[in-house]
Amino acid sequence: MKKIYNRILQISGNIIAVRASGIKYGELAIVKTSQGKTFAEVIRINASDEIFLQVFAGGSGISTGDEVYFLGRHMGIPFSENLLGRIFTATGEPRDGGPHLTEALTEISGPAVNPAKRIVPTNMIHTGIPMIDIFNSLVESQKISIFTTSGEPYNELVVRIALQAKVDAIVVGGMGIRYDDYLFIKDSIEKGGAFGRCVLFIHTASDPVVECLIAADISLAVAERFALEGKKVLVLLTDMTNFCDALKEIAVVMEQIPSNRGYPGDLYSQLAVRYEKAVSFEGAGSITILSVTTMPGNDVTHPVPDNTGYITEGQYYLNNGRIEPFGSLSRLKQLVNKDTRADHRPLMTSMIQLYAFYRETMEKRAMGFRMSQWDEKLLKYGNLFEAGIMDLSVNIALYEALDMGWRILAECFTPEETGLRSELIKTYWPDICKA
Amino acid sequence: MIKTAGIVSGINGSMITVEFSGSVRQNEVAYVLHEDMRLKAEVVRIKGRRADLQVFESTRGLKSGAEVEFSGGLLSVELGPGLLGQLFDGLQNPLDRLAARHGFFLKRGEYITPLQEDKTWSFVPTAKAGDRVSGGDTIGTVIEGRFIHKIVVPFYLTLLHDVIHVIEPGDYTIKEKVALLKDNSGQPIPVTMSFMWPVKRPVTLYEERLPPVEQLVTRIRIIDTLFPVSKGGTYCVPGPFGAGKTVLQQLTAKSAEVDIVIVAACGERAGEVVETIREFPMIIDPSTAEPLINRTIIVCNTSSMPVAARESSVYTAITMAEYYRHMGLHVLLLADSTSRWAQAMRERSGRLEEIPGEEAFPAYLQSVIADFYERSGLVRLKDGGKGSVTIGGAVSPAGGNFEEPVTQATLKTVGAFHALSRERSDARRYPAIDPLESWSKYKGAISPAQRSQLFKLLKRADEIGQMMKVVGEEGTSLDDFMLYLKAELFDEVYLQQNAYDEVDGATSIGRQAHVFSIIFDILNTHMEFKGKDEARRFFNEMRQHFLDYNTIPEGAVAFDEKEENIMTLLLEHVPVSDRSCVRTLSEALVESDLDSFFRRSKMAGGIDKKDLSIVIKDGKSDEKNI
Repeated sequence: MKKIYNRILQISGNIIAVRASGIKYGELAIVKTSQGKTFAEVIRINASDEIFLQVFAGGSGISTGDEVYFLGRHMGIPFSENLLGRIFTATGEPRDGGPHLTEALTEISGPAVNPAKRIVPTNMIHTGIPMIDIFNSLVESQKISIFTTSGEPYNELVVRIALQAKVDAIVVGGMGIRYDDYLFIKDSIEKGGAFGRCVLFIHTASDPVVECLIAADISLAVAERFALEGKKVLVLLTDMTNFCDALKEIAVVMEQIPSNRGYPGDLYSQLAVRYEKAVSFEGAGSITILSVTTMPGNDVTHPVPDNTGYITEGQYYLNNGRIEPFGSLSRLKQLVNKDTRADHRPLMTSMIQLYAFYRETMEKRAMGFRMSQWDEKLLKYGNLFEAGIMDLSVNIALYEALDMGWRILAECFTPEETGLRSELIKTYWPDICKA
Repeated sequence: MIKTAGIVSGINGSMITVEFSGSVRQNEVAYVLHEDMRLKAEVVRIKGRRADLQVFESTRGLKSGAEVEFSGGLLSVELGPGLLGQLFDGLQNPLDRLAARHGFFLKRGEYITPLQEDKTWSFVPTAKAGDRVSGGDTIGTVIEGRFIHKIVVPFYLTLLHDVIHVIEPGDYTIKEKVALLKDNSGQPIPVTMSFMWPVKRPVTLYEERLPPVEQLVTRIRIIDTLFPVSKGGTYCVPGPFGAGKTVLQQLTAKSAEVDIVIVAACGERAGEVVETIREFPMIIDPSTAEPLINRTIIVCNTSSMPVAARESSVYTAITMAEYYRHMGLHVLLLADSTSRWAQAMRERSGRLEEIPGEEAFPAYLQSVIADFYERSGLVRLKDGGKGSVTIGGAVSPAGGNFEEPVTQATLKTVGAFHALSRERSDARRYPAIDPLESWSKYKGAISPAQRSQLFKLLKRADEIGQMMKVVGEEGTSLDDFMLYLKAELFDEVYLQQNAYDEVDGATSIGRQAHVFSIIFDILNTHMEFKGKDEARRFFNEMRQHFLDYNTIPEGAVAFDEKEENIMTLLLEHVPVSDRSCVRTLSEALVESDLDSFFRRSKMAGGIDKKDLSIVIKDGKSDEKNI
């Protein structure tokens, strides 16, 4: 027999308090209001048996006389293969008009993986985007974020990576995204023919803010189960800045002392718990996390990108519709780019160095300095590089992209000017340009 | 004595409030009974009959009304043979044995003894019946790897005790009694090979603390030459994300010339720990011909593991370091990152609703950090031997801004500062230690005069580089340009190091001295060029020679050949009259050479970037004067 509490002591923001005993920390409750039922989660227990609950649908419209009853369990998601091809809200309600799933409930936000059971990743994930494949390879089990600003085509980019990556399952966690973006993601995946290996948990900007946090946890819990079954899973989290803002909002309501620009002091730990779900299991599958972090004011020292940068294994800067070669970094690329083709690493270094020179030359030109012959070569190279490699519309496999790199080099420079080793030049320098 | 018991009355994240009866100690360890689990917790505040405890595990599902058992003891680690080569969590649980028992995920409330109880050690007694001993005195030895591991009287037996009996030589486990002591009141005290010691209490059973004068060789050139670290000293490595803090720490763990390295991975990425775990057993240390893991202990509380145990992880590590120092060994403790530990303190402080200091860090941040770093030191032991604990702490400043509280608190307590910079890492200049911002108070391989001369050179070259961005190469005098190229050469071939190259990745101190003397000569030699193009060609060629030279093992034929090449190339551009003095007169020559630059330049007083417009003017007038 469940106990019903019908005296709510406090309502502030999305937090309500009731007096109850024998309640578990983190337990799920249901609040029955005149507008319907909503989930709530215990986030604090005070010494006088005051239970604080975070109401998923928000505090608006809740009456002090509304009923609250506890479910005795944590937030969970029914897990099965049937999840694939479905779209849900952040709390696991169908968004696609399909049936409710009820079987085997999996708890969300489970324990951390024992570091002794992790393995060093060795598989590259090919994306068809040369700026990623050549310069900052994406690695299975990596956690990496796209640092960008509002207005950049970041959703286009993540969806494209998801569609082109050879993975067994894709989990999309949408957090605070615009409805248009949700439709775009859905349509693109459908068109790309990947819907059958996809599951979406979507929290749109108009949904209650608390559910934003659940979206990340539920996506990762599902991904973890797929990975344990041996699947290679790619998780897309867009946009993690909204997730952090939701954390901030709740922390402020709970009267926590803010640390930096209003964000709670445990922002790092909160983010880490989610990102550290990226893993390669010994003898099972893996989870790769690709997230989007929109930087307010394009400021990388803002607490959200800053804390994210310390947790993720690299970042891609998406700026002016292109992935920036400088600042972008894949910390795990060394683990994979040694095994692709002998010219991968040296070509990567050489091309990036020449591109850096090109940027310097551009600065010089802007200041009105005379352009030398070398400068002219660099300018030609820079333009070709931007059009043939950097442009996001370029969609070629790694080896093709490497060949393309050689062609561009050959068109602009003599072999000695590239600083590449002679034996590589002998093997890869395109024939046509030798004369 | 009746055991103190309590009841959980409030839960807020990892912080719980407990109503207790009986007496409770500050920092006492307690266990919260939840379902069939016992969750470890520590008392952090006591008010009346209520105590606030921080739980080292997730409190998910815990109910108010749950029982709490107080243990009476402080948070302690077990010290004894068998610590080396292990992977522990922040509470000294061996993670691989946990994994064997529970699989992929960490299970709450599971604690395993850190030392293997069934393993036997070949014990050789050194004390005999009738000796008088106290805590820290040796009663026998065992062999642990390549070390003689001293079995000592537990540190907490501070008074003199009579030895009644010591066991015969033979193989024993750590739980078997190896000696029997008697205290003043005649109470017999059995001694085993292992004992417990509270982590927050420094081990001070040495004769005296000595000044850290002996250099700790890291085989990283920029550190050993410009910003040296001493055995028993402390240093910190702050840097923005992506600047290579962790790679630098891993590199140091690999190549530092010490007996034992303890890596405390505190609140950082699990993947990095995995790299260390999987890589170290494979790497053979050339000086000992043993896998590196045999001299390493890893304590890891990665970012997704419970936050409360993060703090204990650094203390667990330092306590084990002190234990091995007590055996006369040199220990290097690498903590990555102390900022995460400070953040854990901030989280706890926030939950306790303490009045916050700067950026919400607790007001006691500075003193806690200072206490930790002060546990380092070179000491003379009672038996005359020397041992040391050196602490290298990585700091992750928010926004890469060194003004923030953790970096500032750390800077006050360390002897060397290796500042990593975003500019250098973006330019792929690794290790990205900024030579203009870093400092060290310790003595290194080169003389202070040489060091200050190099700083002068780098500083001046940086100014010239800044100026060149504005006035272009054309507006720079050939002398200035040459000085700039010299500094660039020094940076590219000496300060930078390729961590992924087998030879270049670790440079022995002997080789450093040798290469340094050559490059120092080049920096100090007056060279003649027809123009800037020729100068640039020369330095490019020189750089190429050095880069090859750096990757050739010492003693190889090619090594001497390359050196020949370098000297030949150099002499081509030295005026005939100066050739004889390339090596002998270098010091005198440089001083005058450099000084003349400073005298000639009107910016000798040093300039600020703000005054750049003045610089241009000066630069131009300078040109005219010449």
